[in-house]
Amino acid sequence: MSHATHTQGGSHGAHDSHDSHGGEVHPLVGHLVPVSLLVGTGLTLLVLTIITVVVRYIDLGEFNIHIAIGIAVIKASLVVLFFMHLRWDRPFNLLMFVACVLLVVLMMSFTVMDSKQYEHLEFKGNPPTVQTTLERAAPGAPVARFTQYAP
Amino acid sequence: MRPSGRKGRVDVSTLPANASAHEHGDGAGGKGHDAGHDHAHPPFLAHHFESPAQQFDSAKLGMWLFLATEVLFFGGLFVAYAVLRNRFPEVFSYASHYLDTIMGGINTAVLILSSLTMALAVRYAQTGKKTAMLVCLWLTFGGAVGFMVIKYFEYEHKIHAHLVWGSTFYTPPHDAAGRAEAEALKQPLQPAPAIVITDPTVPALPMLAVTPPVDQPAIKPATQAPSGLASTAAIAKAEGLQTGESTVGDHPSLHLEDKTMPANTHLFFAIYYAMTGLHGVHVVIGGGMLLWLIWRGMRGDFGPQYFTPVDIGGLYWHVVDLVWIFLFPLFYLIH
Repeated sequence: MSHATHTQGGSHGAHDSHDSHGGEVHPLVGHLVPVSLLVGTGLTLLVLTIITVVVRYIDLGEFNIHIAIGIAVIKASLVVLFFMHLRWDRPFNLLMFVACVLLVVLMMSFTVMDSKQYEHLEFKGNPPTVQTTLERAAPGAPVARFTQYAP
Repeated sequence: MRPSGRKGRVDVSTLPANASAHEHGDGAGGKGHDAGHDHAHPPFLAHHFESPAQQFDSAKLGMWLFLATEVLFFGGLFVAYAVLRNRFPEVFSYASHYLDTIMGGINTAVLILSSLTMALAVRYAQTGKKTAMLVCLWLTFGGAVGFMVIKYFEYEHKIHAHLVWGSTFYTPPHDAAGRAEAEALKQPLQPAPAIVITDPTVPALPMLAVTPPVDQPAIKPATQAPSGLASTAAIAKAEGLQTGESTVGDHPSLHLEDKTMPANTHLFFAIYYAMTGLHGVHVVIGGGMLLWLIWRGMRGDFGPQYFTPVDIGGLYWHVVDLVWIFLFPLFYLIH
C-alpha cells in the first residue's frame, strides 16, 4: 500500500496537458506541437538567416555586430522555445538553461572587461623576436610594426 | 507488452497524457497487482520509475542538464573569441572575407531544415506515425551528412591554401605554384638596387621610402613589402580582395601576397578551426545518434507511449543547430 500513497503524493497530474489538438493520437507524456507551428518556426529561421546575411553588406559601423547577435539570439530563442518544446516544458529546465547562458555572458563580460584593462600594456603587431622567427620560418609573414606600449 | 492485471493498462496509446497519473490516483492500491512485485509496467518503463511521466521528466531533466554543460563547453570558446576579437578587430574584419559566405549560408539553411525535420520526427513519433518519423529522421541524417560534406570542401580549400593556424599560415603551399611563390617571396629579401630612382622627374614613392615612426598605431602594418616593392599583380589581387570577394580563392595563397594583411591574422583561423571543429564533432556525434534512432525506430521501439530517445536526441540535434546559429554570423558575417 505504501507505494500507492506515494504515487498519490507525486504530482504527475501537474504535468502539462494541453491536448486540444482534436482527433489525433495523443502521446502519453510531453507536448504535441502542431505541424504548422513547426514549419512556421523553420521558415522564420530561414528568413532571419537571409536578413542577417543582407545586413552584413550594409555598413552600420559598430551596430553590425549588435544586429547580427540580436538576430542570432532571436533565432536561438525560436529554436529553444518551439523546436525544443521549452515553451511547454517544465520551468525548471528553462531555468537551468537560461542560468547557464547567463553564466557564459557573465564570464564573457568580465573576461573582456579585464582584458581591456590591460590593453595599453599589450603589444600591437609582432614583437621583434617573434618577427625574426617568422621571417626565418615563414617568409610570407607580414612585417608588422611593433608598438611597445602606449604610455 | 507484459501481461497485465488491469485491462485499461494495455492500450496506453488511446489514453490522454495524464492517464497514468489519474489511474494511479484513483486508488492504485490493491487489485490487480502481482503479489510481491511493483505495478504492471509497460516494457519501456524502467523499474526504478513510478510512471512513464516520471521517467520522461527525469530523462528530459538529465538531457537539459547535459545541454547546459554543452553551453558552458562552447561558452569557453566563445569567451576566447570575444577576447581575441576585442584585441584584434582588424584581423577579424579582414580574415572574415576569406570565408565563403555562400557555403556558410547554405550550411545554415541545411542545419535549420534538419532541425525542422527533427522536430517533425518527434511529433510523428508522438503520434505513432512510424513511416513519417523514419523519413524525417533520415532527412535529418541527410542534413548532418550534407553539412559535413560542405564543411569538408570549405576546410579542404582552406588547408590547401594554408589558411590555417600557426606558422603554417605564413608558408606557401607545398605544390608547384606554392614552391614558385616561395621563391618569389624569398627573392625581394635581397638588396634591390632597382629601387634607386635615377630619373628625378619620376615622383618618389613616399610610402615605400619613408620608414614610419615607431609610435604610430600599427593597425594596418606591412605597407612595406620585404624589399619595399610588391609586384603590381599582387597589389591588384590584394585590392581585389578588399573591394570584392570574387577573387578570393582563385589563388591558393592569396593572403601571402596581400601586403595589407594585418599581423596575427592566423589567430582568426585558430579560433575558427577550434570552434567550427568542435561543432563539427558534435554534428558527427549527432549523425551517429540519428542512425541509432533510425535503427530503433525501424525496430518499432517508438510510439505515442514511448518516444523519449527521439525527443532528447532531438534536443541534442537542436543544440547543434543553436551553436551554428551563433557561429555563422560571428565568423562569416563580419562587415
